[in-house]
Amino acid sequence: MNPRLYPLAATVAIFLVACFLCWLQFPYMLSTRVAGNLLTDNAYLGIVAVGMTVVILSGGIDLSVGSVIAFSGVFIAVVLRDTSLHPLLVFALLLAITTAFGAGMGALIHHLAMPAFIVTLAGMFLARGAGYMLTIESVPIQHPFYDLIQDAYWLMPGKGRFTLIGALMLASVLAGMILVHRTRFGASVFALGGGEATARLMGVRVARTTVGIYAFSGFMAGLAGIVFSVYTGSGYPLATVGTELTAIAAVVIGGTLLTGGAGYVFGTLVGVLTMGLIQTYLVFDGSLSSWWTKIVIGALLLLFILLQKGLLRLSSGRGAAA
Amino acid sequence: MLKTLLATAAILAVPAMAAAQTVGFAQIGSESGWRAAETTLTRQQAEERGIDLRFSDAQQRQENQIAAIRSFIAQGVDAILLAPVVATGWDSVLEEAKDAEIPVVLLDRRVDSSEDLYLTAVGSDLEHEGEVAGQWLVDEVAGEDCRVVELQGTTGSSPAILRKSGFEKAIEGHDNIEIVRSQTGDFTRSRGKQVMESFLQAENGGAEICALYAHNDDMAVGAIQAIKEAGLNPGEDILVVSIDAVPDIFKAMAEGDANATVELTPNMAGPAFDALAAYWKDGTQPAKFIQTESKLYTAADDPMAEYEARKDLGY
Repeated sequence: MNPRLYPLAATVAIFLVACFLCWLQFPYMLSTRVAGNLLTDNAYLGIVAVGMTVVILSGGIDLSVGSVIAFSGVFIAVVLRDTSLHPLLVFALLLAITTAFGAGMGALIHHLAMPAFIVTLAGMFLARGAGYMLTIESVPIQHPFYDLIQDAYWLMPGKGRFTLIGALMLASVLAGMILVHRTRFGASVFALGGGEATARLMGVRVARTTVGIYAFSGFMAGLAGIVFSVYTGSGYPLATVGTELTAIAAVVIGGTLLTGGAGYVFGTLVGVLTMGLIQTYLVFDGSLSSWWTKIVIGALLLLFILLQKGLLRLSSGRGAAA
Repeated sequence: MLKTLLATAAILAVPAMAAAQTVGFAQIGSESGWRAAETTLTRQQAEERGIDLRFSDAQQRQENQIAAIRSFIAQGVDAILLAPVVATGWDSVLEEAKDAEIPVVLLDRRVDSSEDLYLTAVGSDLEHEGEVAGQWLVDEVAGEDCRVVELQGTTGSSPAILRKSGFEKAIEGHDNIEIVRSQTGDFTRSRGKQVMESFLQAENGGAEICALYAHNDDMAVGAIQAIKEAGLNPGEDILVVSIDAVPDIFKAMAEGDANATVELTPNMAGPAFDALAAYWKDGTQPAKFIQTESKLYTAADDPMAEYEARKDLGY
């Protein structure tokens, strides 16, 4: 097997073992209901994590996404409350804003040669602040179109609900897989993750790719914001604090190298589902503190970082031998 | 055939279910001592009634609470207790619970969803709390002139607004009682002390203040310290009445530094379980709002015993 596939294989194996352990204790956890819940409850996280995967594959980081999700929810709620625009139009407007916001951060990162960490940190504060400027309260969204999409689900056998937002998450993952593994842009992202100088030598248009990467992440954060607003039916400027870190954790547990250059979008989906599974298990058990989610995720992160270091040593050792 | 089987299963299951009902509790988190006490008391109440309680701490995040409720529904619990972190955004998950015929009881806070989506809400009437405190002062001073200073909660928060209006309602028509100064102490001990210091300076070293009304006990405890530092005797020179009934105010009361407190009970689960028991038994629909008792405690109520009873609840 290609050693590059090891982290992905480990991710999938951990997920399957976790499913098995859950099933041993609570047989009902392997039901369509729980599966449907996993997809619905983690839809926004899965979507934003796809964007984050692309950023991390390029060797960057985007700390602004949690705030952008909150801003999106507030923006939608306030615009729908104060105007009579159709939600679809508001969605398009919002996605244009968040994509431009991401592109702007990408341009700053490239042209000022600033660390992505600093620029997106500023973006995080900006987006959160902008959300507060719009409202400091939680604003309910009452629009017939929202009722329609909230009730859009397919009742699976066993009463599980396969919701529209869950389907949108799976579609995003699929789109991300095609973009990263099957297009020229994707190849440039991987090249950039291997190092900017090498990428330049390979003929990658670095400026364009960098702007594209952060624009994509901004777009996905906007999309996640839309999904989150459907999920909660409201906009709240305090929502999704720290979600950027959860998304990064999902990407790493999904087997993507934190330093960039190697990873799979599919792994990220499995990473998101693994984290959701831990949360579900804790609720099913009902006696453990929910902070165990964080402990288990921390342990998994550590495991994957060690695994990646080990793989790196393995491959560089082989390179030296050759 | 399937229907008969299910019906038989249901009949067979009834005695077993009566022995151990499963209730899921979606708690906000543990941001304050009061909330920690609420969690402890909910666990105790469940244990006393032989209810199997599944507890989930949402760490202040609505998405975690929604996910927890979905998992409770998937598990097929017999009821769900929810202390909602915000008022909005619960419609779809409450509808799912309704579809699954699982009753939901709201604790402490309310939601803006339609009333038929939950069984009942248990909570305190904040304005009534202020009234009880005001009424105590009216009875205590019995017609004598009294200049009151007020420590408000966080500006604009609903407890601050309602505890203020409740108190004003109670002293209405009693011209001997007058609120002369009123400022926010942000519900904290340190701000309570600071603001009380400025009150004392402004009111001739405190000689012209007859009573202090604080919107919560923490501010009162801070203010008591300020009164002592000004060389006055809290509880005698200046009467102290506040709201919440946290352990520390009972300690102050036992030492004669505070006079009265109105309880905001953390035992919201007790009335909730009672309502659920009736509902499970014969489908009794409770009222849509169950008001918890706002009990008045004074030095006559053995404050030391109250302190002992409360200090281990997690406040």
